[in-house]
Amino acid sequence: MHKFNLSFSQLLPSLTLLALLPIWETAVYIFEIPNFLLPAPSEIMQAFLNVEWSRWSTHLWATLRVAILGFLMSLCISIPLAVIMVRSKFLAKTIYPLLVIIQSTPVVAIAPLLIVMFGAGESPRLAITCLITFFPLVVSATTGMMSTPEELIELSKSLGASPAKEIWHIRLPYAVPHIFSGMKVAITLSIIGAVVAEFVAAEQGLGYFVQFSTSYFKIPQAFAALLFLSVLSLLLFKAVQLVQYLFFRWSLQK
Amino acid sequence: MNPHVKFSQVGHTYTSENGQAVCALKGINFNIYKNEFIAVLGPSGCGKSTLLRLLSGLYEATMGEVSIFGTKVTEPQSNTGIVFQKPTLLPWKNILQNVVFPIQHKQGRVSSKDIESAKAMLKLVGLEEFAQHMPNQLSGGMQQRVGIARALLMDPEILIMDEPFSALDALTREEMGFELLNIWRQKPKTVLFITHSISEAVLLADRVLVLSPRPASVIGEIKIDLPRPRNIDSIKTSEFSEYTDQIRQLIYRPETQTENQESDLTPTLAEQSEGSTNA
Repeated sequence: MHKFNLSFSQLLPSLTLLALLPIWETAVYIFEIPNFLLPAPSEIMQAFLNVEWSRWSTHLWATLRVAILGFLMSLCISIPLAVIMVRSKFLAKTIYPLLVIIQSTPVVAIAPLLIVMFGAGESPRLAITCLITFFPLVVSATTGMMSTPEELIELSKSLGASPAKEIWHIRLPYAVPHIFSGMKVAITLSIIGAVVAEFVAAEQGLGYFVQFSTSYFKIPQAFAALLFLSVLSLLLFKAVQLVQYLFFRWSLQK
Repeated sequence: MNPHVKFSQVGHTYTSENGQAVCALKGINFNIYKNEFIAVLGPSGCGKSTLLRLLSGLYEATMGEVSIFGTKVTEPQSNTGIVFQKPTLLPWKNILQNVVFPIQHKQGRVSSKDIESAKAMLKLVGLEEFAQHMPNQLSGGMQQRVGIARALLMDPEILIMDEPFSALDALTREEMGFELLNIWRQKPKTVLFITHSISEAVLLADRVLVLSPRPASVIGEIKIDLPRPRNIDSIKTSEFSEYTDQIRQLIYRPETQTENQESDLTPTLAEQSEGSTNA
């Protein structure tokens, strides 16, 4: 079972990263790698400190907002969609191919079109994040609900319960472990979605800041923003884990 | 005395996934009387499960009529409780919540009276101390006892059991048989018990119905006149082994016992149980 207390083995990944830093620093120094190719950690740190915190927080908040809102919207769309597909074989057969088509179209390529469709502002960014995250959510929710033991469905039917109760009391809770697996994939994708959207059209956000910094050749600053993005992504992933641990602890069994 | 359950000329044909019509049951006739324990014995995949689903109203018979208290069964009944092959407890609910689940599922809410009766059921199956445990903390046998408690909660007149002990190890299985007899003595019910174990059928039942391989029909009905309460000593008696021998002979030579059985549909029990899965 999952525990949130810290042990040495859980600290290992962070220690590995810490050990890599001096190697990176010395390598850059010894081989005289120019900082537009690979800046040293100290330079990145310097660049990070040179940007005022208020500026960071504006960009951070813009990206975080789009990622989380997009993810939540996607969740609100995909769970009902999964319920519909579980309830009706006909709709499953008609909707599923569409979902696969949408999923196999590169979102990066659709992004500029979405900007044209939705105009500037936050809505196209939310749409892009939604598009990139909903597939794993729909698939995991559908798979979870379909994997409900037949006996439980028969128990529900033998009690004369309505289909809505069957979904709400049995199938959806059964799908919770699956949905969380999907959410762990989707939450990291949501950062990707937000950044892709910012690349195409935005005046703020960490993705925008990476692009802005590289165009002004401020590579260490771009690296600092990149680092921020990784940490953000990691924290969101951990947040999903935490929600599962706090509210659905039973689903961590096995 | 009017029978509780009546199968008259019941047949069931369903369409398999590849579009073929499969005849699972045909010409089934039998009655179950009040508080009688009937075991249905047959090779795997012979249509025993279909029989159970017809009685519980999950399927409607394509031929003939299944009736409970003289009323034709066309939809799930509130007077039947089902125990499944696997306990299938809800992993997100504790044992007490699992037992009370049928009421919660049906009515949407649970009264303190329901909780009390759920506790009484847990006591009956000997699991009162485990009310607050989660299902995965219980052994297979204990989980199945929760399944029995859940089926008994709404005090159904008829208890339908679908090979409830077949997923358990041999030792637990025997123990559960005695446990069930004990429960049944305290809470008499009309029971339809499906099994593919001859000794289990003889130990538990008042009458054993032996089914042929698919399409299943009743090829023999044996009244088990062993004294009750039955216990571990019942198994050791010579009558017990006479009954099991009698049934075994019926299963291995069905063509000598029935008139309407085609001879090409009678592979041995061993072949059947190895080659096919449950319908």
